[in-house]
Amino acid sequence: MSAYQKPLPVIDDHNRRYWAATREGRLELPRCDACGAFHTYFEPWCNACGHEGVHWEQLSGRGRIWANCRFHKVYFPGFETPYNVAMVELEEGPRLVTNIVGLEHGTLDEMPIGLAVEVVFDAVTPEVTLVKFKPAGKAAA
Amino acid sequence: MSLTSNRKDSVAVVGVGMTDFGKLPDHDATSLGIWALRNAAEDAGLTLKDIDGIAFHRLSDYQKFIQITSMSPRLLTVNPGAGRMLGGTLQIAVQAILSGMLDTVAVVYGNDGRTAGARYGGKEDRYGTSAEQLWFPYGMTSPGAIHAMAFQRHAALYGTTIEQLATISRTFRDHALLNPGAVMRKPISMQDYLDAPFICEPLRRLDYCLINDGGVAMILTSGERARDMRRKPVYLRGMAQLSRLAQGELPEDFGYATMQQVSGRVHEMAGVSREDVAALMIYDNFTPTVLFTLEGFGYCPRGEGGRFVEDGVLSLKGRYPTNTNGGHLSESYMQGWSLNVEAVRQVRGELGTRQVPEAGIVQYLQGGPLSTSVIYGREPS
Repeated sequence: MSAYQKPLPVIDDHNRRYWAATREGRLELPRCDACGAFHTYFEPWCNACGHEGVHWEQLSGRGRIWANCRFHKVYFPGFETPYNVAMVELEEGPRLVTNIVGLEHGTLDEMPIGLAVEVVFDAVTPEVTLVKFKPAGKAAA
Repeated sequence: MSLTSNRKDSVAVVGVGMTDFGKLPDHDATSLGIWALRNAAEDAGLTLKDIDGIAFHRLSDYQKFIQITSMSPRLLTVNPGAGRMLGGTLQIAVQAILSGMLDTVAVVYGNDGRTAGARYGGKEDRYGTSAEQLWFPYGMTSPGAIHAMAFQRHAALYGTTIEQLATISRTFRDHALLNPGAVMRKPISMQDYLDAPFICEPLRRLDYCLINDGGVAMILTSGERARDMRRKPVYLRGMAQLSRLAQGELPEDFGYATMQQVSGRVHEMAGVSREDVAALMIYDNFTPTVLFTLEGFGYCPRGEGGRFVEDGVLSLKGRYPTNTNGGHLSESYMQGWSLNVEAVRQVRGELGTRQVPEAGIVQYLQGGPLSTSVIYGREPS
């Protein structure tokens, strides 16, 4: 097996909790102590209400495809084109950029906007487990 | 409300200048900016020494610029490269004049992106909150991909089609045929469009702007002084901007709410309505932006952008001729500046075969999460 080539996140004090959770098969995000909004940036401030103070909470991992595209040009090493990228809106509100797995051909037609999806955890290196999604109710590829 | 301060005056463009566009390896961004400013000064009938201040955009080596031109500006400021910085650069120049601090200010843009091998996308491009953490591991990057996603959502919500995008691409390229300075001067058929390779599906190569080398400059002064200049002044009747960079780079509403506020303010300031506008210059880094911008600025109902453009409303014979120079898609990607120069030249009435008749009012529109609009007019407000 060749070494993993794609970009990896740099794990630091701000995001350590996120990547520790994914390694254990949980999707966790910071949630505002005051208004309850989830965030996808790892800062102590809420962009919904401005409150300072967040805690980490586990999400359901269920959501729907909110937007999609399919790259035909290589911007990063390790990606074989074409490959799909989606923005998934989770049940709890926040949106994550991700890849949709478990599709037959990986085309946009197979992953329409609005499609129900559920989280899968892809351990790409011993340190990093990426959050990806598959069509809900389908076995992961 | 008018674009006047306590000085009870207005601001006018009295000179515009551009370089050639294309691959210009003998010039760096500074050199391109100097070339453009020399042309603008000649256009205005001024020397570089008559210019009190310079607001630079993109070209960063102000020291070399000033050394080579032997200028002694009393205002010098540099904005970074993103196209959305056009508005702030222009605002600085306008405010310096309106406050009475300076008389004559140049805005100067220089871009050697083609020769320098500029890439939009990849690890050097930081679009989106925590892009390198949460986007790059999935291969998500580049402004084109953001627009591809936004278009897909627009299509899902409103039924917008690829053929409608193609209309935009084809219309602007038709305009470029009338512009000897345009980089891409070749008519394209629907089949040519559909045959172009995908870059980030559903967007094809012909949905993308053209990265090239080039420079653009405009010289502004007070309305009072402008009356004595060589050129008939073109007044900045209204100018508005709003930044709402929340939600990463993919706004919930295609920037609609932001643009609605900018639209309301710029028209109120200019004292003109959309009905008074003869031509539009729309920041077209990618074709979908044009749809979002037309909707955001109220030129068509929300969600109707695709149907609005499909019958040729943006063509020279249409109600709102748009990007008559070919836009970023066909002339060259000068991050809004050449569109502003085109607006000025339309108002002056000097564009020959691509001149819009009775172009007394022309509006520049820049959509996106940092939206700017400028309304140019033959008469002060």
